[in-house]
Amino acid sequence: MAPKAMPVPATVARDLGLALYRTMQECRLLETRAQDLFFEGLVRGTTHLGIGQEAVAAGFARAMRNDDYTFCTYRGHNHTLARGVPMTPILAELFGRATGLLGGKGGSMHLTSVEHGVMGSYAIVGAHLPIALGAAWSAQYRKSGQVAVCFFGDGATNIGAFHEALNMAAVWKAPVVFVCENNQYMEYTPIGAVTAVPRPAADRASAYGLDDIVVDGNDVEAVYAVALEAIRRARAGEGPSLIEALTYRHGGHSRADPGKYRPDEEVAAWKARDPIPAYRERLLAAGIDVATLDAIDAEIAINVAEAEATARAAPEPTAAVLLTDVWSDGGAEWRN
Amino acid sequence: MAELTYRAAIAAGIAQEMERDPSVVLIGEDVGAAGGVFKLTEGLLARFGPERVRDTPISEQAIVGAAMGAAMTGLRPIAELMFSDFFAVTWDMVVNQIAKTRYMTGGQVSIPLVLRTANGAGLRFGAQHSQSIENWVMAIPGLKVVAPSNPADMLGLLAAAIRDDDPVIVCEHKALFASKGEVPDGEHMVPMGQASVVRGGADCTIVALAAMVPKALEAAVRLDSDHGIDAEVIDLRSLVPLDAQTILRSVAKTSRLFTVEENPRVGGWGAEIVSLVADEGFYSLDAPLVRITTPHIPIPSAAALEDLAIPSVDRIVATVKRRLEEAT
Repeated sequence: MAPKAMPVPATVARDLGLALYRTMQECRLLETRAQDLFFEGLVRGTTHLGIGQEAVAAGFARAMRNDDYTFCTYRGHNHTLARGVPMTPILAELFGRATGLLGGKGGSMHLTSVEHGVMGSYAIVGAHLPIALGAAWSAQYRKSGQVAVCFFGDGATNIGAFHEALNMAAVWKAPVVFVCENNQYMEYTPIGAVTAVPRPAADRASAYGLDDIVVDGNDVEAVYAVALEAIRRARAGEGPSLIEALTYRHGGHSRADPGKYRPDEEVAAWKARDPIPAYRERLLAAGIDVATLDAIDAEIAINVAEAEATARAAPEPTAAVLLTDVWSDGGAEWRN
Repeated sequence: MAELTYRAAIAAGIAQEMERDPSVVLIGEDVGAAGGVFKLTEGLLARFGPERVRDTPISEQAIVGAAMGAAMTGLRPIAELMFSDFFAVTWDMVVNQIAKTRYMTGGQVSIPLVLRTANGAGLRFGAQHSQSIENWVMAIPGLKVVAPSNPADMLGLLAAAIRDDDPVIVCEHKALFASKGEVPDGEHMVPMGQASVVRGGADCTIVALAAMVPKALEAAVRLDSDHGIDAEVIDLRSLVPLDAQTILRSVAKTSRLFTVEENPRVGGWGAEIVSLVADEGFYSLDAPLVRITTPHIPIPSAAALEDLAIPSVDRIVATVKRRLEEAT
């Protein structure tokens, strides 16, 4: 079965094009700086970057309504930022500061901002697919018209929760869009080496009565078009979608991984298809002047630098918050 | 007052809360059309409709995960896990997701959900359908755990669990489903975190939970009539939050403590109680702290073996008598 052809508009409107470009560039510059900070030892723990995968985050975020829900993985900086969460609390969380997005209790792998619809970044592979289904079920029950969009990697397609969630979402016609960011590698292993079918998400879609949709995840407008249609269907009560976006992470799986297991020519070929320069060329060809794009780049660079300075200057969390927010009463007491 | 079975009290508790709050919904395997494999949810589909009472596939991760997602976004879901043994299938959702998310997000996310489950032994179902898992769940920060022993508490604690803004595990004991008891008329709720002194006594304190409560009570009657030992019996009712003060007050009076636990010995809830009393009630003690538990074994299926494994009235009576004699 061939992938279902999705309509891709020749060019999107100027404002939308600039917004897509800006979102991708914000992700790229923030994550590039975050990577440097990790390598400099200024940020502890681990981090999983989506450098190279920004078009998926930007294309979807721009197709979502403000009150729609995003569920993402531990590789979630891009998706969090793309929904409008400011840079400063994200970096402060990476630095382990009191002003962090989660007050220093979550870290890089758990970015969440309920007020922006970012309902969490989940660090156990596949766990959030059922949770996103539940948010969609809630929206359906409340007749709120909201849609849940759930991003996950190719590796998640081989875990049970993926299959349980797909089946139940299809049976319930839940307004949820499952988005597989197929970046070709399950941690350090090529996904094809451990998966029975060539397209880890799309080839499973028919098992749940869903269309098999594959999109070029490095083409932000193609992603946007697919996202619009899937979200429209969900909002209209036509049920869930499963989308496989083909993309590539420029770096390794995590901070600890230089990604040396990947052939040089493969890395070079994908970097030549970097979504951001490609989109910049397309916008220039569409008549947007270079000064406009340069100004966006310069503004974002300043924003990142300012966010970093502010985050670094913030205080560390105090002992007073260690025993807060286990329970809804704000505390951690388990006995009288 | 009306007499209800423990089984009927479950459906009555769910119905009471669904009636007063439209955000309460119920999902699980066979909970709708079939009324539950133990008939615990009978009549709810007809009364509240398929939007609020939903049958699911055999997909414990999806059931519990979906309940969490719905709880994060405005509903108060009740998810049924048909047997508590099945927590193992969805342990990630329970431990890593539901329990931790409020804390990890700096308090941004509330998860007001109830996981109801048929817990415990006594039905000869064998090791994969007879476990007592209350000690698993109580060990996880972020989960509340109740285990009622009678119909009134079942209804009232279930209502409290549904109204609570935190995730609550409600352990419904399989061996108690047919038991009967008086339930107050009208809306009924029992706050979590309050133990109940179900029998006053001066010579020793016996702390029990769920199906061990009626056994402890029967043992107390026999200890009194046959051996002149006046035992106080505490129904713990709730493991998290734990009513430590009621236990400490009782031990201050009796100076002797026994726990009666159905969970396997290592890491059982009684170990936490014993530790607490050793630490905070030590100077009022006149005897060793004694745990009466299921041995550290899987639950066997044959009636003769299962009855040996689980603490019995005879074992409670014999243990209390022997250990009190040793200490005097």
